[in-house]
Amino acid sequence: MDLLRFATAGSVDDGKSTLIGRLLYDSKSIFEDQLESIELASKNRGAETTDLALLTDGLRAEREQGITIDVAYRYFATPKRKFIIADTPGHQQYTRNMVTGASTADLAIILVDARKGLTEQSRRHATISSLLRVPHVVLAVNKMDLVDWSEERFDEIYREFTEFASKLDIPDLTAIPVSALLGDNIVDRSANMDWYGGTSLLYHLENVHIGSDRNLQDVRFPIQFVVRPQTAEHPDYRGFAGQVASGILKVGDEVMALPSGLSTRVAAIDGPNGPVDAAYPPMSVTVRLEDEIDLSRGDILCRKGNHPEPTQDVEATVCWMDASALKVRDKVSILHTSRMARAMVKDIAYELNVNTLHRDQEATELGLNSIGRVSLRVTSPLLVDDYAENRITGSFILIDEATNRTVGAGVIRN
Amino acid sequence: MTQPASHALSQLDALEAEAIHIIREVVAQMERPALLFSGGKDSICLLHLAIKAFAPAPVPMPVVHIDTGQNFPEVIEYRDRVVEQYGLKLVVGSVQEAIDAGKVREAPDGSRNRIQTPVLLETIEDNRFDACMGGARRDEEKARAKERVFSFRDEFGQWDPRNQRPELWNLYNGKVHPGESIRVFPLSNWTELDIWDYIRSREIEVPSIYYAHEREVFVRDGMWMAANEFAVPPEGVPTEVRMVRYRTVGDATLTAAVESQADTIDKIIEETAATRLTERGATRGDDRVSEAAMEDRKKEGYF
Repeated sequence: MDLLRFATAGSVDDGKSTLIGRLLYDSKSIFEDQLESIELASKNRGAETTDLALLTDGLRAEREQGITIDVAYRYFATPKRKFIIADTPGHQQYTRNMVTGASTADLAIILVDARKGLTEQSRRHATISSLLRVPHVVLAVNKMDLVDWSEERFDEIYREFTEFASKLDIPDLTAIPVSALLGDNIVDRSANMDWYGGTSLLYHLENVHIGSDRNLQDVRFPIQFVVRPQTAEHPDYRGFAGQVASGILKVGDEVMALPSGLSTRVAAIDGPNGPVDAAYPPMSVTVRLEDEIDLSRGDILCRKGNHPEPTQDVEATVCWMDASALKVRDKVSILHTSRMARAMVKDIAYELNVNTLHRDQEATELGLNSIGRVSLRVTSPLLVDDYAENRITGSFILIDEATNRTVGAGVIRN
Repeated sequence: MTQPASHALSQLDALEAEAIHIIREVVAQMERPALLFSGGKDSICLLHLAIKAFAPAPVPMPVVHIDTGQNFPEVIEYRDRVVEQYGLKLVVGSVQEAIDAGKVREAPDGSRNRIQTPVLLETIEDNRFDACMGGARRDEEKARAKERVFSFRDEFGQWDPRNQRPELWNLYNGKVHPGESIRVFPLSNWTELDIWDYIRSREIEVPSIYYAHEREVFVRDGMWMAANEFAVPPEGVPTEVRMVRYRTVGDATLTAAVESQADTIDKIIEETAATRLTERGATRGDDRVSEAAMEDRKKEGYF
């Protein structure tokens, strides 16, 4: 059984909570006491039907206001796969939550109300999924029961979406007409839409091929720290602990350490359950090398002919996540893989309107929930790849030096 | 580990890799980390992951137990044996001592659940821990579903759910000012079933009370409570001997047993996969107080 992480975004009106509730309910992942407790809570609020949103809105403030504020993680499993849902709010002021959910997602579900068609919110989801390079996107056209199961309406929305998406980078798009409320095309194929030749949503989630999404070509092994027991039993053990970001690292392989540039061979790889011959993403292992070379936290093992570029000048698309705006000449801390450094904002080239894709080149700062192109100068070289090639070595977060808050997220040369 | 040619990890291997990465980030980023250990199945898995994360070096942090003084004896015996076996340093924060010193007071019903929090916070402060790892999972409870893996606590140990640090990719921000700290939850993405699958696949020993056994019990609030020195049946409430097991292990005054015939790990997994009640809903008096019981306790600094 493998693991699929997917992100949903939207507000209660789209039927997002109903959709998630339906997936959880039909896969028997809602427990009786949870259902009882939300039935009781719905009644206490004077609602006539059970509000499945209460299941996902975990904070007091969310239940009081009837809105989703923060990312919630939900879990369900079928015999085929385990699923992690990052359930995020859809409004503009929660763009940062949407970016957070998309950062680890294998798949994004963009939910559209069949009556309303594409909205600003659905365009925003599509843009963020594309910027964060979510490999698979599902356009779920919901509330088909309210448009008479109309194929024409579905096609119209699909065309509108693909036209907008042509300006984006969405490698794999699947459109599914559904009724989350009635369950059509959620778990089983709908009997109301004979014209639809595709699969149900759950079938798609269970079977979408994610194996080739991982980068198995470029060896990147960022070092978290050095394991040196210095005990009587292991006086000379020296291993480099980390999680494989990409590529396949094998015992006997020649590897190069950056930034030192020194080469050696892999002597052994210790996995969590004993020695292994090869390590690939996302394994956490400890690598032993044939020669004692200079290598510590923040450095990367790679190959001589295939390595990230050390650079102090980073071009990135940044999502700003803090109330005080990012301005040119601001100084922040930057965390890239396991390396922490300081960075100064050299330039803000433009702010991206995530609804229209318009680039505002007059922008001089990035406010809360804004996305824009930023040039950074970093105090010491970072070992970066293009985010399009590598989601781990191509991403970073920015941390405020005074408050220590995480204030920004960046994807490199997007 | 089996390595299929497809170079894909099973969900259990992927969760293990993620947890080890998180545990290593704690040690790499923080000055004085600690591992919260209750002797429950989640913290047992967490400890085993920490042992794997640093092997063959010892676990470079102490193990902290907040001891309510109302424990199941099987769990304390297990704790002491594991500490001995892996050469761990054990720090005990004693709720009984805090009561004796007049720092905290038991609830009228004898519950010590809520007064664990000040004892935990004092233990953190006395030992100047800047990070405490715990075995909490997001599937346990709806407030926990919203919590970060690296969860910031201010100098009062408080969690502010509306003001959490965004958490992206596998990048964790452990920066704190003196007096502030981070709670870290490496098992955030695990479910109860994942925990049992892991215990089975890695052949991890757990305290005997997780397996079905005969025990003298009585009914309280519709739950089976063990009759012992900490939970005495009220007058007129009969006790009886039943086959039961524990799904969670907490304070003996609050934690209920479930009727079960599952006396092997395979049967527990079968039972867990088929159950229609969450583990906290089925067995924890502490979470039944209100819709936001957990959120309110977490804001004060609870685990």
